[in-house]
Amino acid sequence: MSFLLGSGAGFSGDRTDAAVAVVAELIKRQQPSALVFETLGERTLAAAHRAMREDPESGFEPLLDELLAPVLRDCLDHGIKILGNFGAANPGGACQVIAELAAQLGRPEVRIAQVHGDDIRQQLHGLDLQRWEAERLEMPDDDALISANVYLGAKALAEALAMQADVVVTGRVADPALFLAPLMHHFDWPWDDWDRLACGMMAGHLAECGAQVSGGYFADPGFKDVPGLATVGYPIIEVEQDGNLIITKPANTGGCVTEQTVKEQLLYEVHDPANYLTPDVTVDLTHAEVRQLAPNRVAVTGIRGKPAPERLKTTVCYEGGWQGEAEISYAGPNALARAQLAAQVLRERLVFRAPAELRTRLDIIGLASVFDSDSGELQRSAAPSTSGDYRLRLAAEHSERRWVARATQELLALYCAGPAGGGGVRRQFQRRVFTASYLVKRSDIYAHATLFESPTQEAHRSERYAAS
Amino acid sequence: MLQAEPTQTSMRAPASISLHQLAHARAGDKGERLNVALFAYEADHYATLLEQVTEERVLALFSHRGASRVRRYPLPNLAGMNFVIDDVLQGGVNGALNLDGHGKTLSFLLLSLEVHL
Repeated sequence: MSFLLGSGAGFSGDRTDAAVAVVAELIKRQQPSALVFETLGERTLAAAHRAMREDPESGFEPLLDELLAPVLRDCLDHGIKILGNFGAANPGGACQVIAELAAQLGRPEVRIAQVHGDDIRQQLHGLDLQRWEAERLEMPDDDALISANVYLGAKALAEALAMQADVVVTGRVADPALFLAPLMHHFDWPWDDWDRLACGMMAGHLAECGAQVSGGYFADPGFKDVPGLATVGYPIIEVEQDGNLIITKPANTGGCVTEQTVKEQLLYEVHDPANYLTPDVTVDLTHAEVRQLAPNRVAVTGIRGKPAPERLKTTVCYEGGWQGEAEISYAGPNALARAQLAAQVLRERLVFRAPAELRTRLDIIGLASVFDSDSGELQRSAAPSTSGDYRLRLAAEHSERRWVARATQELLALYCAGPAGGGGVRRQFQRRVFTASYLVKRSDIYAHATLFESPTQEAHRSERYAAS
Repeated sequence: MLQAEPTQTSMRAPASISLHQLAHARAGDKGERLNVALFAYEADHYATLLEQVTEERVLALFSHRGASRVRRYPLPNLAGMNFVIDDVLQGGVNGALNLDGHGKTLSFLLLSLEVHL
């Protein structure tokens, strides 16, 4: 019998009602299964560490309660394991929230496991670090350090499942390892069965971004049409003992699973397809084949594996100064000339109102923005209509907040002192994060799992003890 | 590659169309490195992509963004190819001042390339 992997979320900020249809389908199938929440992007963790400095009881996925409340009881009642990196900077805090939620739902006996070992801030200086190849940034000063986390593999998570955990809470792990772990636990594959590990890891890779494999992030009207995008079904992956995968989604949901949706996600954020590095296995996709079996059922075969890389990727986050943005719109007759004049006025003002090291960029949204360079080459070469709907955008960066505030205030001042008919100013600024990635020795990292026991659970246990 | 026999149609200058008509794509980022996976809608057009969507042309297309290197990994089983493009993210998700630090929209910049049929 196959094992079913369901996705409940593909990033922090994903739809919080997506897991409901997935869990309903998992229950209907009556097969061993797991539900995975991937909510920890590269920067999400730095944000979580900052939040924890302000409030020691935060630092985990802010929407944790909203994500789990609709499905936790059903999962516990039907033996559907839940795994999530929603612990972020504070997995213990997340465990506590889940224990409280389970108690409210009448399931105080929930077994929650916490994975440890990803946070290496304290050890960072004793470690043998190699620069990750795609890295360009110079390493900032130590006092700017926010977080340092290793991308752990699936072993400690499988260990947690072996402790009969119902819910496994992690901080940083390789996203697809969240999916590989229940497969390792269920099928008992050897940790050097590289082909099967590769299949399991790619099941995770395909499902970790939620709807991106089942019709989300795919629609291009008239070219790639997707039905029911507003109710897109999040993926369910059927994994066989031999490692073959079938990608599908819950009945009565929107979206679509086609060869095209699966191929796009198969290569998502992959570099060399013959050597896709993960903590547990190096994956070779060059022999992979994708075949539609039935509507919304696509088989993936031919995934091969090679031994895991010797080192683990670590991402270090540093304080990166301040960044601000401000925008103003110009529309109707001669709008482009007015927006361009506004940009010119800002350039002239910033020369004497802000220090030379202030880094800025100006976009004219509607003319050229996302494809353009920082120096605005496309803006200069574009041949647009002169009347239209344009929005001038300023972005600025400096180590000191006051200069970013000043720059964005200069855009605000275009209301009264700039070209005619400007409106709709929005302005915001925030702290930035710089990240740098390194490779650490596997032997320097100690990943393990423990069962979590909350004060509430402790009380419940002694009550039961007293009663017996 | 086999050359088609000249016919009346192919005697004329070959028609130029947007890659968007023939292929679909998705972009992803890691640090300052962008990848764009490109797939032909029809397996028959894979050869056209191989021949015309070259590392050189993609480097030129992204040159205004500072692209320093492009590597292309062909995936014939999937009628597709993966492009890995360095230094086009203007600082990446953490360092960029642009609107789209991830470079997610850049899949459609690749699809705006012109190809001949």
